[in-house]
Amino acid sequence: MTARIEMIGVSKEFPAVRALERVNFRVASGEVHALMGENGAGKSTLIKIMTGALGSDEGEIRLDGRPVEISSPGHARALGIGAVYQEVNLVPTMSVTKNLTLGRQPRRFGLISWREARDRACEKLERLKVDIDVERPLGSYSVAVQQLIAIARALEDDTRVLVLDEPTASLDANETELLFQVVRDLKHRGLAIVFITHFIDQVYEISDRISVLRNGRLVGAGATADLPRLKLISLMLGRELKRTEERLAAAPGASEGPVVLSAEGLGKRRTMAPFDLSLRAGEVVGLSGLLGSGRTEVAKLIFGATRPDSGHLEVSGERMTAHSPRQSLRRGMAFCPEDRKAEGILAELTVRENIILALQTKMGWLRLLRQNEQEKLAEEMIRALGIATPDADKPVGQLSGGNQQKVMLARALVSDPRILILDEPTRGIDVGAHAEIVSLIRKLSAEGLALLVASSELDELIAVSDRIAVLRDRRKVGEIARNDITRENIIGTIASARS
Amino acid sequence: MTPSSSVEADRSLHLRVRALAGHRAVWPVVALLLIFAIDGVVSPGFFHIRVVEGRLFGNLIDILYRAVPTAVVALGMAVVIGTKGIDLSVGSVIAICGAVITWRIHAGDPHWLILLSALGVGVLCGLWNGFLVAVLDIQPIIATLILMVSGRGIGLMINLLYGGTNPSFNSPLLQGLSVGHIGLVPTRLILGVAIFAALWLLIRRTALGLFLEAVGGNSPAANLAGVDARLVKYAAYLICGLCAAWSGVILAADTHTSDPVSIGLYIELDAILAVVIGGGSLSGGRIYLGMTILGALVIQTLTTSILTSGLPPEYNLVVKAVVVLIVLLLQSNNLRGALYAGFARKTG
Repeated sequence: MTARIEMIGVSKEFPAVRALERVNFRVASGEVHALMGENGAGKSTLIKIMTGALGSDEGEIRLDGRPVEISSPGHARALGIGAVYQEVNLVPTMSVTKNLTLGRQPRRFGLISWREARDRACEKLERLKVDIDVERPLGSYSVAVQQLIAIARALEDDTRVLVLDEPTASLDANETELLFQVVRDLKHRGLAIVFITHFIDQVYEISDRISVLRNGRLVGAGATADLPRLKLISLMLGRELKRTEERLAAAPGASEGPVVLSAEGLGKRRTMAPFDLSLRAGEVVGLSGLLGSGRTEVAKLIFGATRPDSGHLEVSGERMTAHSPRQSLRRGMAFCPEDRKAEGILAELTVRENIILALQTKMGWLRLLRQNEQEKLAEEMIRALGIATPDADKPVGQLSGGNQQKVMLARALVSDPRILILDEPTRGIDVGAHAEIVSLIRKLSAEGLALLVASSELDELIAVSDRIAVLRDRRKVGEIARNDITRENIIGTIASARS
Repeated sequence: MTPSSSVEADRSLHLRVRALAGHRAVWPVVALLLIFAIDGVVSPGFFHIRVVEGRLFGNLIDILYRAVPTAVVALGMAVVIGTKGIDLSVGSVIAICGAVITWRIHAGDPHWLILLSALGVGVLCGLWNGFLVAVLDIQPIIATLILMVSGRGIGLMINLLYGGTNPSFNSPLLQGLSVGHIGLVPTRLILGVAIFAALWLLIRRTALGLFLEAVGGNSPAANLAGVDARLVKYAAYLICGLCAAWSGVILAADTHTSDPVSIGLYIELDAILAVVIGGGSLSGGRIYLGMTILGALVIQTLTTSILTSGLPPEYNLVVKAVVVLIVLLLQSNNLRGALYAGFARKTG
């Protein structure tokens, strides 16, 4: 079988870093090809070259055997190479029709013909078997549907290659399955599909072949069936992986520490039904549930980022009044939000400034941390968490996603909390950093910190939690004690709530 | 030297030139030097400084002297812009301030009370803008537009309080602030430097600057990190109001009259330009006080140069616009990248 798209000996150099070194990459027609690698392995660069967003320094690209020179994203589209990126790059306030036809509106007498645009939008969605009202604003649909719309936008009649960069990052299991049905359908129509993800399970579920990049080199490629998980992960990491999936031993007596936080009937109308929850020192409590079940809402209510309208919260036996993030920080709480870009990092500010911010707000505005103290704290955290940055004065916006996540964690840790709330601490970060953060959570709890971890990944929760609170439809439906934490139990608890 | 090491040296030089060209201070300084160079050719004696009647005299001193009101307003503007805001009302604050000063002089208030009422105007206006932006969450450009439009009217109404349309005054205090000098140096210049120093200390020697920039960079994130965004925005508009008020004192002193319609007209635009030339971005997140002063100096040097060059004053605004455009284009990373690429192709 000839390759639909083939990249031969592609290299790319950036100032100070060699991003790709003579990489060969081929995807056949009717194949789902998983492109794997840690952050900074060169996946994005390879994809950008393939879709015309970047030029390569050397190497050639062949499309159906014919050498092509891809000069721009528009040119790539014209050649039949479509791409959907991690973050949905559509306009939430505009209608689905407008989003689907933006920049290629059908014209009639020089004016946009909205009727034709609507027909075209419906046609595009029909191909994916998505049946929705195209006049409603995009933002009114779930992230999963938005993701499908983004795919619909990328697909033209003559699309031959489709790149999906982390399409499932914010989807729950059902939504992922929906997306995969579409992907399988496209595959049977002969498209070559490049699939990038951090979810190992999904790779084995959907892909036919896998290519693994590490430090800009291709370190392995082959049929998915011939590449067992451990082998894949060790290829990605370049070292043999200790088994992280098994449960890490909980600190003995974790469930006997003093109660440091207790919520009683805490809730907010239309956001989260009143719930009770307590946290002990040295204990990790997991928040589990499907997407939209209220994980983030619980975390934000406890931190005071969302103001509750019922119930109350006690921290170290003292009742919280005037509940706000500021107050929570002062009482020894810290919070890492889920949405890194919107609520987490301060992109223009340096790594150092980002790290010390929470501690500084705790100290008040008058007493500025001295420059050398700031530097010391930042350096300590950069070392302790392995943040990949040339120096502490680089703007955080220029770091990779995983490193931004670590900077957020560093900000929380520097503020010296007794209670740490993590919402999706491993969202969108690579396997290595994932394992590091999981073991960090265990280490922090062993030091007596109380942690509340909200996560969509069951394995992660099972690995770290002493107790799991299960949520469904913005309601707490159960708690699972340490000895009963299994995949089956969690899923069972979520399911049992269906009445 | 072996060929490879010469290539290496060439490359490191190239990188250094590039890093220098990327530094934010370079282009405003280059622009300033360029304007001076043209001045030197067009009007000989431009740089001549002499002592007349016990004070410094000359074009360079004149530039500094005249730049003070704009520069002080621009400092406040830089702070507000750093929080992703903007304050269009500074010219109106100046007008109200001038009116209040004239009114209080006519009422016979002591000097200290006159100055205090002037600064009080700045505080009130700043709190008003802060309230609209921080509490009511109105977009800054709209929120400050309200005072921009109404402020000059308020000035006129204050004038009516004691019957004048454009009442003039005589005040030794304001005379001193306008043309007075300490030693050889104009008083307002010394006070301007003092304001800059005080503001710098406030922003960079407390955590206020970090909080302002955090709110400007990402307000929800700053909130989750415990920054009180509301209070911080209040502070920004308050600082801007105070700066505008001080500029109002100087400008009123220069004109000896309360003329709310024309005093400080378009100063908000010059101030915003100064911030932008100084590398500040309207999308917020960074405050460059020193660079803002540099920006204000570029604008004033340009104005003074056009006047001394003998070019008809009608050309002033257009020439100014062209020069500002060039400075901003040079600061654009995209354009610089394209220029480098073109240059590299030609030589390589």
